[in-house]
Amino acid sequence: MQRITREMLTSKAISLLNDGTVSAVLGWREGEFSYDLTPSLFYTAEDIEQNFVFNDFCGANFSKYLVTKTLGIEGKILAFLKPCDTYSFNQLLTEHRIDRSKVYVVGISCDGMADISKIRAITGDGISSISCEPDGLKVQTIYDDEPKTVSYEDAMAERCICCKSKKHVCYDELIGEEGEENPDCNRFGKVAELEAMTPDERFAFWRGELSRCIRCNACRDVCPACTCEKCVFNNPNSGAENKAPATSFEEQMFHIIRAFHVAGRCTDCGECSRVCPQHIPLHLLNRKFIKDINTFYGEYQAGKEVGSRAPLVDYTTGDLEPGQVFEREGM
Amino acid sequence: MRKSLLTSVDSIFSKISESMALFLPVDDPTGRANYTRWEEGKKWSEALNTVKSPKDFFFPQVEDLMKFKVSGKNIELKNTAKIDEDFVVFGVRPCDVRSFDVLDNVFLSEPRDGYYAARRKHGIIVSVACSKPSETCFCHTFGIDPAGEYGDVTVWKGENELFWKANTEKGEKVMELISEFTESCDDNAADDIKAKIEKIAEKLPLRNLSAENFGGDKTDEYFDRPEWKSLSESCLGCGTCTFVCPTCQCYDIKDFNTGKDVIRFRCWDSCMYSEFTQMSAGQPRLTQLERFRQRFMHKLVYYPANYDGMFSCVGCGRCLKSCPIHMNIVKVMKTLGGKADE
Repeated sequence: MQRITREMLTSKAISLLNDGTVSAVLGWREGEFSYDLTPSLFYTAEDIEQNFVFNDFCGANFSKYLVTKTLGIEGKILAFLKPCDTYSFNQLLTEHRIDRSKVYVVGISCDGMADISKIRAITGDGISSISCEPDGLKVQTIYDDEPKTVSYEDAMAERCICCKSKKHVCYDELIGEEGEENPDCNRFGKVAELEAMTPDERFAFWRGELSRCIRCNACRDVCPACTCEKCVFNNPNSGAENKAPATSFEEQMFHIIRAFHVAGRCTDCGECSRVCPQHIPLHLLNRKFIKDINTFYGEYQAGKEVGSRAPLVDYTTGDLEPGQVFEREGM
Repeated sequence: MRKSLLTSVDSIFSKISESMALFLPVDDPTGRANYTRWEEGKKWSEALNTVKSPKDFFFPQVEDLMKFKVSGKNIELKNTAKIDEDFVVFGVRPCDVRSFDVLDNVFLSEPRDGYYAARRKHGIIVSVACSKPSETCFCHTFGIDPAGEYGDVTVWKGENELFWKANTEKGEKVMELISEFTESCDDNAADDIKAKIEKIAEKLPLRNLSAENFGGDKTDEYFDRPEWKSLSESCLGCGTCTFVCPTCQCYDIKDFNTGKDVIRFRCWDSCMYSEFTQMSAGQPRLTQLERFRQRFMHKLVYYPANYDGMFSCVGCGRCLKSCPIHMNIVKVMKTLGGKADE
């Protein structure tokens, strides 16, 4: 359960709107069920009071929205950013994609968000309501007379279980406690498992996963590192337009090329895997690159500091020779 | 009506696949179902529905239409489509069977789409009634009965038995094929299952969502509504909703130069994409608001205008489950004028 409450956020939002600090608030709008919240802009106190929601289903990363939402708006937008969102926000500042002066960042502490598919796997389908109680999520389904309790641990999204940092790397003010980085989060555990496979096994693993791709581009469109105005894969004039792959190999290439493209810029926010309708663990590709960059160039966390130079776009005389990568064990 | 033991279902699948390809929902390692070709060892999924809809069987995500080769002044054309074998799709839910009617209107009206028509001719649909609908289901809104008779054969699944009813000549042929595993039973044998489904369906949260305020004559009423702005403001412009949708039917046709010849292929397109229907003069819908509006106006207004009031949504709920920002047709209908919770 989040220690941050809806009331803490709405009262902050309303006071900042009323005193003119901000002209709009980026928050979560109520849905049909308890878990289907939509990121949304709020312009009035009335709208906030009626429709603003905050609960364990506020996983969406707001940073990328600020790229477009800050354009064409008078004044500042108040954005509530969780620790992981602040890394993406900083990275976008580094890439000059957001005008910092247009955003008022209120950092909010986060206790880990829930994943509705994990809940559904426990309670079964037909979820009519979910309430966040101190001892767990009370899930009512149309098939049961009594609600079932799902512990926060069991409901927590994979990316939150191995949360890399509870620390906000950027904010104008903070609600809740400031946390720490968590170097022992074991987020590379699964990557290490894949590295330990034989090349054939690893190829089979990825072929199995990527064969489910329906090429809806949700992973790309949600990714805060993918903010090109026009993606080459959508541009008929690029020579690389790829509305449909000619072969299943090409399908796999799309994801691998995208992982290369965001390497060194990906903050490991995990949105790609969250939105994938086929639940392909795309974040593992990105984590592999992060792990390799850490190994070869020293620890580097994209978004930790605004203006930092990622190892792949920087040169130092101590850089390893390309041939050395082939000498390591495991790929 | 005939019945079979649930335990004999694999023998039935095996029998069918001796004479034709059989596809059915099978769980992947993450527990999600997708249509898969049956072979020994594949298990029929317990899931309510597949991530991707069965429209793929008739309107595949990608298909080669023809090949051509130009040499001097000659052009050599080659038909690459070979659609001449019967196949069975088992486990199709009533909403998805209705989606084929929606697609038929588009692809089988003149000019008729030969590729689609050939697949429809050879495809045999075995529908299975929905014993466990999800909170995201709203097929009732479009007059679909989750316990009703759809497809060439309808199956109702009980605790230990399956009840089978052939609805068409094609369906009779399948029933004949598997007759050794089924026995005749009373026509009312599945009534208990139907009643149970109806009882559960009454509890569905979207049970009372109504489409009565939408239809072919509503363009002027809805086109300029200010709510489109807030509805579409967080849309990522990805194609998830359109690609999991059983009724979305837009496609693009492109040429792929292999270096030796040219393959003309067709692939799904999405009105959510920035380059959708791009012409030499540009893309007619420049903003995501216009593209978003197009999708819902098409389903709720333009399609009914073209096809006698029929809506091009079947209430399967896939978009409700898949949209990365949880924006969907239910929220659009409720915001613009659908009635619910009454």
